[in-house]
Amino acid sequence: MFSGASTAFGAAPNTQASAVDIALPGTLPVANRAAVEHAIRFGLAVKGAINRRSIFARKNYFYPDLPKGYQISQYETPIVQGGEVRFLVGDQEKTVRLTRAHLEEDAGKSLHEDFHGMTGIDLNRAGTPLLEIVSEPELRGAKEAVAYARALHALVMWIGICDGNMQEGSFRCDANVSVRRIGDKKLGTRCEIKNLNSFRFMERAIEFEARRQVELLEDGKNVVQETRLYDPERDETRSMRTKEDAQDYRYFPDPDLLPLVVTEDMIERIRTAMPKLPDAQREELIASYSLTPAQAGQLTSTRATSTFALATFAGAPSTAWPALVNWITGPLAAKLNEENIDIDKSRVSSEQLRILAIRTEQGVLSGKMAKEVFDAVWSGEGDVDSVIEKRGLRQISDSGEIEKLVDEVLAANAKQVQDYRAGKEKAFNSLVGQVMKATRGKANPAQVNELLKRKLG
Amino acid sequence: MTELSAALAARKISSVELARLCLERIRAHRDLNAFITVDESGSLEAARLADERRAKGEGGPLLGIPIAHKDILCTRALRTTCGSRMLENYTSPYDAHVVSELERAGAVMLGKCNMDEFAMGSSSESSHFGPVRNPWAKNRVPGGSSGGSAAAVAARMVPAATGTDTGGSIRQPAALSGICGLKPTYGTVSRYGLVAFASSLDQAGPLAKSAADLALLMNAMAGFDARDSTSLERTKEDYARSLRDLDLAGLRIGVPEAYLGEGVQPGVRKAVEEAMRWFASQGAKRVPVELPHLGLGVAVYYVIAPAEASSNLSRFDGVRYGHRASEYSDLVDMYARTRAEGFGAEVKRRILVGTYVLSHGYYDAYYLQAQKVRRLIVRDFQSAFERCDLILGPVAPTTAFEIGAQIQDPVKMYLGDIFTVPGSLAGLPGLSIPCGFDEAGLPVGLQLTGTYFSEAKLLAAAHRYQQASDWHLRVPTETPL
Repeated sequence: MFSGASTAFGAAPNTQASAVDIALPGTLPVANRAAVEHAIRFGLAVKGAINRRSIFARKNYFYPDLPKGYQISQYETPIVQGGEVRFLVGDQEKTVRLTRAHLEEDAGKSLHEDFHGMTGIDLNRAGTPLLEIVSEPELRGAKEAVAYARALHALVMWIGICDGNMQEGSFRCDANVSVRRIGDKKLGTRCEIKNLNSFRFMERAIEFEARRQVELLEDGKNVVQETRLYDPERDETRSMRTKEDAQDYRYFPDPDLLPLVVTEDMIERIRTAMPKLPDAQREELIASYSLTPAQAGQLTSTRATSTFALATFAGAPSTAWPALVNWITGPLAAKLNEENIDIDKSRVSSEQLRILAIRTEQGVLSGKMAKEVFDAVWSGEGDVDSVIEKRGLRQISDSGEIEKLVDEVLAANAKQVQDYRAGKEKAFNSLVGQVMKATRGKANPAQVNELLKRKLG
Repeated sequence: MTELSAALAARKISSVELARLCLERIRAHRDLNAFITVDESGSLEAARLADERRAKGEGGPLLGIPIAHKDILCTRALRTTCGSRMLENYTSPYDAHVVSELERAGAVMLGKCNMDEFAMGSSSESSHFGPVRNPWAKNRVPGGSSGGSAAAVAARMVPAATGTDTGGSIRQPAALSGICGLKPTYGTVSRYGLVAFASSLDQAGPLAKSAADLALLMNAMAGFDARDSTSLERTKEDYARSLRDLDLAGLRIGVPEAYLGEGVQPGVRKAVEEAMRWFASQGAKRVPVELPHLGLGVAVYYVIAPAEASSNLSRFDGVRYGHRASEYSDLVDMYARTRAEGFGAEVKRRILVGTYVLSHGYYDAYYLQAQKVRRLIVRDFQSAFERCDLILGPVAPTTAFEIGAQIQDPVKMYLGDIFTVPGSLAGLPGLSIPCGFDEAGLPVGLQLTGTYFSEAKLLAAAHRYQQASDWHLRVPTETPL
């Protein structure tokens, strides 16, 4: 945030800490322009107010992984104030208001393992810029909290200010949990839960904590305001420090840094470069491609997914849109997930996926054949049309040819015909199967169905 | 320095010879305790390089000139102790901006000067390395906190030295040691590599024998540095060239009544009045100005400076560098013992005061209130400078006091900063030049304070004064040439 050191994760301890990060005497902080721009971009994305003048303060406390003995953070005047995040909880849209978002620097890490009776200090992370986003106490329950966190996670990645990696700590959550009786206006005493490094843990930690608090109250005890740590192995939260241990951080404006002044020009420049946001994109998908909110939500899970989807839709007949949604959210998503590939590196391009859907739509391919073609294109056999040619996968849609096959099957399976006529519906499926088998799956199943019905009817 | 520079240019003396002469004087007057570290071999090597640069055709007024740095400016070549046990063996892996700029100009660093621990003091007695003695009277202090730099220049060990000024730490030792010192406008000289005491006040500046020398040093030291967020982006000024540009006729000199009132020693008052009369004789106009909040300066300063210091000095925790207690039971004990052993009494006092004034429940009453009064002091000066071009007065109410006389009475010591602290709080430039002696033969300093970026004007006024007087040429009685 205030030094020029690299922030790459996983480097050898203390190899990415500069003189400023390790707080050598005489070093001074200089605010990182990119971090400020990212904060502004976030503020604009959530429709928050960008403070034209914000203040960096010092939060003073002693800890071995805090090299200066204070953390530089925005205290009274953050760069972003207010704003909101809209997200879906199931099918319900919900809006949560944001209190603020402020810039600060990260501390280093204390390593308690591998050092017998001692603590190791790794200052690589010290000085990494953080944007702390605080929401109003408007989330009701673990599901909502997680849905909000996911939406926020998607948003910060969408606008390109965070890689979203939770394991590496690029996106971290603390959850404040309180419970109250139904109908009570006032919120109960809260506990802050730290160490929520996955959405799953977040949900479980909140659920555990809410249950713990309800049990306390039901036993006639009080909830003590404190900071608690979630232990995923034991699936519980444990007290870290209570309010009584709360330190006096002696905040005061950092005299090494002038007030952070943001100009209108800077804001306009960032606004102009802002991509279309997920909300707007979702609405556009619903309006232009007649998708359901849930489908639109899936296609806007990441900016790359939405870019891919839009490229796929472009030029496809409207009748193919539903199939394309299914392709993207079904087989394609599965493949990407399986091979851990980002959608913008998909081995079936948006164009090929569109052609695949069109061929299916035209009746050239059956659904089953289309999946075979998809897999072949994925594994690099060629484009859709050449795979169809090479593998001879053209669907038989010539009604004369199919009729001939149907007649043959009916003649050879007198028993099933008899069964069907006697009311055994199952026999019909068996006959369809026989026809398909005779064509090695290439017959258009709709036509087969129709012909069989006519002949047997 | 101007003469030395000319002699070097004319090859009448080499830089190596000059460095040797200075090193000899440093050795001869070791009892002054002006230096914490002297680098004989390194400085001779640097002098040799300067001679080489000259042989290759390079020039410049500072090329080959021996200097000393206050031991609060980081240097790669020599340890940087800040006069503290905490950093007794600390060597910085980088040079302060001021250090590298002076090196670039060709100045030859002979060593690092003694000082009050972490620049906290007005007498250079709080150093872990022992008190500095005044070349005019060895039983007296040279002023502080840049007392080592002032004594070294006064005793002719070096023609110039760097200092830092937070509440008067350049101006007051210059005054008490009978030399010249300039505290530039806040933001003019980069603080990068200056170990922070009070970040909103700290400013490095030069100490030398004449205003003309200060100008040459300022030419090298001043300038924008992106590594200091409070460094100001301005076009470089040539302070040396503008020395003769000032017309004293019609110059409006403000003399606040309080500057010559009660509490100011008669000898000091007399010398300052005489200097004012000289300016008047040259056509300058004495105008009355008021600084209504002057009396609050010391109180405000001793809230704000310790507050910032308490935070700035937190990094000295024994974890990464500097002193660490050898025995401790746990982390908190390690911090406590390390800091108890590493810091001296005055530093601890200020950390305690600073921690207190920032504490929950006291912040508004002390720190915030002090910041508000600081604004009033700034406004006082702004309105004063609508009526005058510069403010003239004493640097300190007294001349050099005896070693040990005030060290047990911190409040009395703090009150000695009454005339230097207000300008620091306002971020204004201030110049200290010798203007006479008191009855005991101790030097008196004249302070000229100007509005922001008026260094050139202050230097020019002082230069004119020094062309007509010889106070600045007097050699201390105890360190004759």
